[in-house]
Amino acid sequence: MFRRLLHLLFGLLLLSATALAEQRFPPPDFESGYQLPTPTTPAPRAGLMQYADVVVLLSALALALWLVYRTRSRRGITALSLFSLAYFGFYRKGCVCAIGSVQNVALALCDSHYALPVTVLIFFLAPLTVALFAGRAFCAAVCPQGAIQDLVLIKPLKVPAWLETPLGLIPYLFLGAGVCFAATGSGFLICRYDPLVPFFRFNGSELMIGLGVAFLLAGLFVGRPYCRFLCPYGALLRLATLAAKWRVRVTPDTCTQCALCQHSCPFGAMREPTGMQKREPLKTSRLRLATFLLLLPVLVGLGAWGGSQLATPASKFNRTVKLAGRYVRSLTTPDRFPMELQRVEANPGPVLAKAEEIRQQFLLGATLFGGWVGLVFGVKFISLCLRRNRTDFEPDPGTCFACARCFETCPSERIRRGWIPAELETARSKE
Amino acid sequence: MSTNPKEPVNRRNFLGAAARVAAMTGVGALLGKLAGATAAKGTVWQIDPAKCVRCGKCATACVLEQSAVKCVHAYAVCGYCELCTGYFGPEPNELTTAAENQLCPTAAIQRTYIEDPYYQYHIDEKLCIGCAKCVDGCNRYGNGSLFLQVRHDRCVNCNECAIARVCAGDAFVRVPVDQPYLLKTKPTTS
Ligand code: SF4
Ligand code: SF4
Ligand code: SF4
Ligand code: SF4
Repeated sequence: MFRRLLHLLFGLLLLSATALAEQRFPPPDFESGYQLPTPTTPAPRAGLMQYADVVVLLSALALALWLVYRTRSRRGITALSLFSLAYFGFYRKGCVCAIGSVQNVALALCDSHYALPVTVLIFFLAPLTVALFAGRAFCAAVCPQGAIQDLVLIKPLKVPAWLETPLGLIPYLFLGAGVCFAATGSGFLICRYDPLVPFFRFNGSELMIGLGVAFLLAGLFVGRPYCRFLCPYGALLRLATLAAKWRVRVTPDTCTQCALCQHSCPFGAMREPTGMQKREPLKTSRLRLATFLLLLPVLVGLGAWGGSQLATPASKFNRTVKLAGRYVRSLTTPDRFPMELQRVEANPGPVLAKAEEIRQQFLLGATLFGGWVGLVFGVKFISLCLRRNRTDFEPDPGTCFACARCFETCPSERIRRGWIPAELETARSKE
Repeated sequence: MSTNPKEPVNRRNFLGAAARVAAMTGVGALLGKLAGATAAKGTVWQIDPAKCVRCGKCATACVLEQSAVKCVHAYAVCGYCELCTGYFGPEPNELTTAAENQLCPTAAIQRTYIEDPYYQYHIDEKLCIGCAKCVDGCNRYGNGSLFLQVRHDRCVNCNECAIARVCAGDAFVRVPVDQPYLLKTKPTTS
């Protein structure tokens, strides 16, 4: 009892006198030969194993390319998808991932204090480079988000074009917003609003779990809704495929235009030969193209103006800006949760200056974002007017996930694989 | 597989090749720009104990079912007090290990008698939920030898740590993967 009182008194004394001293009670000198334990420091997995992730990624990409272009096997793609889902999804819990890497790259470009891990850079670049040459092999069987959606798809319904086209623009906007937020150091929106990661972790906020369930339920009937209507990395890959050298084809042999593959793509990627399409007169479409070309700078300008108007509300999502605002308000009306304000009250100058700096960054970022939105819409209008000539049925490389479903519906492909007796083929070639 | 070798170089192939060259140049430029900003090693998340204000969000905001943040004890800083303000709640009935005396909601701190009048406090990480109650008690009235750390055997190293987003002290920092802890050590002057 006495000792306890002594301790208390001693403590109070020290509290009043040297409140800031680290050690109020001097560590004892033990007489019993007691050895001080040291705190354990379990090593992070990121040490060596992060290179394992890179090796798995590159091998899976190579394997996916081989499965799509050489063996052309849907079964192989499914098997690889299952593996990727197990490894990148359930084992790695969806982190490190190519989708989120966009933000790390943006942050590294804009913040000199942030060092981009080389593994994240590889996750960003490898699928993109592959897409630049051979389409979205990453989406086919490597991305765990893609895989989980692909595997739940049981009865694909067709999304009408009037819905598909505008929804298909959302990924570009999400990409722009994600980059803008990451570059200003305001957080990683793309990670925060990834609806499928909660499945990999069996945990998440109610909102995200709800969204994830909604996406997977929709995914039973609409092929890969996240990939088509939200995924920002998919938007980048889609852009990259514009330059792709090799394209996924329903059959490497000749297309006989039998139209059997027409409805085989659950993602609406199949394009019919232009000869089979109804077209408006050339003059009308030329006129329309000219209008939209002239409209493009107007849209970009309007977007930029609109974006700059959004800068102030958007900057409030930044924690530092929010904190500075709360601090300023707390000077007049007391704050309800003052704990957060402690570090500002201790030294308000730097926080207020930082908040102002971030507001300026947001002004630039939001203007650029607005311009980007205008550009996306303008270019979409223009691309809708462009006429392309196609002689065969072929998947649009930007939309095609290289899932290999359409291959097996093609009679030429079936003959090539020997699934249809050879007599039929000779009969056909005699025709 | 797709470009037919017999096909002459047409406008589309040419445009494609040009776009590819342009895109590869862009990627190259990006690489050049990032070369200085790339760290070979990578980073992990950690709590700077000096900035933590013990708000308690570590227990609930982690993406894992059981938070990756746990209390760590810097024994070298500890006073081995009999009346540990990290262990006992305010005005304990008696200085025993009875649960009602303890601050920790999960009784994760093991108190062992060492020698008169000193007691050792050890954190059972399986039980600790990272609520920072003990840390607060220890920092307010004691030596501050209890502090929170992201335990890397549990942490999945999210791209953006979910606790960092809400941490009241803005205490989460990215640290190099080969120095993954920010441990408290005995102050050199005292
Ligand atoms: S579109 Fe996005 S989510 Fe879908 S497979 Fe591709 S990278 Fe993954
Ligand atoms: S009081 Fe909280 S932080 Fe401290 S040991 Fe208990 S559960 Fe862990
Ligand atoms: S990085 Fe993720 S797992 Fe680790 S402490 Fe933060 S939220 Fe938890
Ligand atoms: S969230 Fe931050 S301030 Fe709150 S207990 Fe955790 S580290 Fe400390």
